Amino acid sequence: MSSQPIIQVQDVVTAFGDTIVHDHINCTIHEHEIYALLGGSGSGKSTLLREMILLQRPQSGTITVLGQNIATLSPEEAQNLRQKWGVLFQSGALFSSLTVGQNIELLYREYTDLPANLINELVKLKIDIVGLPAHARYLYPSQLSGGMVKRAALARALALDPKLLFLDEPTSGLDPFSARQFDTLIYQLRDLLGLTVVMVTHDLDTIHHIVDRFALLGEAKVVAEGSLEEVLAINHPLIEYFFQTTVQTSHQKEIHGIQS
Amino acid sequence: MLTIIDDPAHITLQCHGVWTLPNLAAVAQNLELFKPLKPLRWDISQITELDSAGIALLQLYYRNFENQGVVSELVGTNGTHTKLYSLLYKHPHQDAPPVKIHSWLHNLGREGYENIQGVGKFLAFLGEAFVLLLYTLRYPGKIRYHSIMVHIYTTGITALPIIGISAFLIGVVIAFQSLVQLQKFGADIFIVDTIGISLTRELAPLITAIVVAGRSGSAFTAQIGAMKMTQEIDAMRTMGFDPFIFLVWPRVFALILVMPLLIFFADLIGIFGGMVVAKAQANLSFNEFLYRLKGALAIKHYVIGIVKGPFFAFLIAMASTYRGFQISLNTESIGHYTTVSVVNSIFLVIACDALFSVLLTELKL
Ligand SMILES: Nc1ncnc2c1ncn2[C@@H]1O[C@H](COP(=O)(O)OP(=O)(O)OP(=O)(O)O)[C@@H](O)[C@H]1O
Ligand SMILES: [Mg+2]
Repeated sequence: MSSQPIIQVQDVVTAFGDTIVHDHINCTIHEHEIYALLGGSGSGKSTLLREMILLQRPQSGTITVLGQNIATLSPEEAQNLRQKWGVLFQSGALFSSLTVGQNIELLYREYTDLPANLINELVKLKIDIVGLPAHARYLYPSQLSGGMVKRAALARALALDPKLLFLDEPTSGLDPFSARQFDTLIYQLRDLLGLTVVMVTHDLDTIHHIVDRFALLGEAKVVAEGSLEEVLAINHPLIEYFFQTTVQTSHQKEIHGIQS
Repeated sequence: MLTIIDDPAHITLQCHGVWTLPNLAAVAQNLELFKPLKPLRWDISQITELDSAGIALLQLYYRNFENQGVVSELVGTNGTHTKLYSLLYKHPHQDAPPVKIHSWLHNLGREGYENIQGVGKFLAFLGEAFVLLLYTLRYPGKIRYHSIMVHIYTTGITALPIIGISAFLIGVVIAFQSLVQLQKFGADIFIVDTIGISLTRELAPLITAIVVAGRSGSAFTAQIGAMKMTQEIDAMRTMGFDPFIFLVWPRVFALILVMPLLIFFADLIGIFGGMVVAKAQANLSFNEFLYRLKGALAIKHYVIGIVKGPFFAFLIAMASTYRGFQISLNTESIGHYTTVSVVNSIFLVIACDALFSVLLTELKL
């Protein structure tokens, strides 16, 4: 795995009013890796992701994406950068007045000069690889189940073959089998298309199976960063809590206590 | 990107370079126009970079040419190509039949049928609302007094400036136009009758209703629609909060209470507008105007104007909340139904006003 940094977060501080969400945090995401942001609810994972994709600005600190400091981009540079990544939002964020097919097609129509035939082929292809049935392209987002929305949103995120993929909780709301399929898909896409994937996830299976490195956010800091082995070697209550090394046993005791 | 080599026996499509989405437009347009007459050989050995768009392009035109009966073969594949291909084309190619597009006649028929059904649905909505009203009247504790207050504030107090300005301008316009005619007969003083009666009986209620429909009716529709989209209404139902009691009736009651007051306010300001013009154009002092008004404006005109208020309010509030519930789970329908709600409200108000006119004339009022 080459280790050129694709995204570098340095000394980032974010606050909403008086609540500090990020207190001088740092992390580095390398090329071709599947990187996860981990942490409890409200620990600022989505916020950090939003800062990386230019939806929000940190109070201070710098974020470098694909070698560019995103705080000092001109509008054209920002526009170019935005075409190099795909984003899957936590709630899908499909355009509700367009069908799934049109949601994907829109990007090709706006950003490429491909003939209609090829656009059609690509739309079918993207819908197929994310595991949606072929007729799903004619459905509106309101006609999809939660898991189908996730898949359709992934198809849209993959439309322009981005080199960088941001996923906010891709497997939440999927059944366990689909979640593993989703993992495999992302893993294979990374290998074959040379993607870099940044994802927010709560899914420990995902962490075990496909994530190369991750950052654990907590108490407004990055508690730990690295591969699973590296992080597990660190001794910190939050890490224990997350990976249930000690908590599980005490929790089981509690349950048994109630039962007896 | 793509070189077409025409050999005697077959055509070789020599693919080379970077085959990724941003670079494929020219190749695709070439192939779109290309009509092979000889067997094809696709040579992809010199492609340096390939992404899913490249694979899709190869697959699409390979398939198309084959379907046209041209013998094709693919050479120069390597491991990466095959892996990418088998990831992207896991399933055999299939076309889903597109949704049927109906003829205009079908659409016209359906539209008409739905409109007729719409009347029934609106009546059902009113029926359900009244059943729940009777139910709340039995348990007055369930009435949402606080919510009614909030809506009185937003639909009433905050509407005063715009209603004031509109009524003032209407008063001014009517006074100007009437004076021009009246002065021809030297009947300037009748400006007072014209203003007094036309404003209080017809114009003030109508203007107020139109402003309220545009301002509060649209807001009602959009609020309820947004709540429907975020499933808040479903959540309310599961918790046993009936949307009629929590959303519809507070709005209806607030508007019914507020509308007569707004009309009264519009009466005052409108007459004041007329007085200003009468003073400027016909030298009629405020005192004279008011003295004349006392004699000219029978109380019934004023009362009729005010009484229209609750009726207009009921129609506006019911039509706009009803439209709010019709909003479906896409953002476009918010815009659509908000427009429809305002159009319906104004139409209903005008129709109701016409009904009042006919009735009152028959009653010789
Ligand atoms: N627009 C906002 N205004 C005020 N506070 C906000 C805003 N957005 C987020 N926050 C706060 O920032 C904190 C981090 O939110 P964020 O959405 O990043 O959490 P998260 O880690 O993604 O949580 P989850 O796992 O539940 O999605 C939360 O405490 C939240 O209340
Ligand atoms: Mg989040």
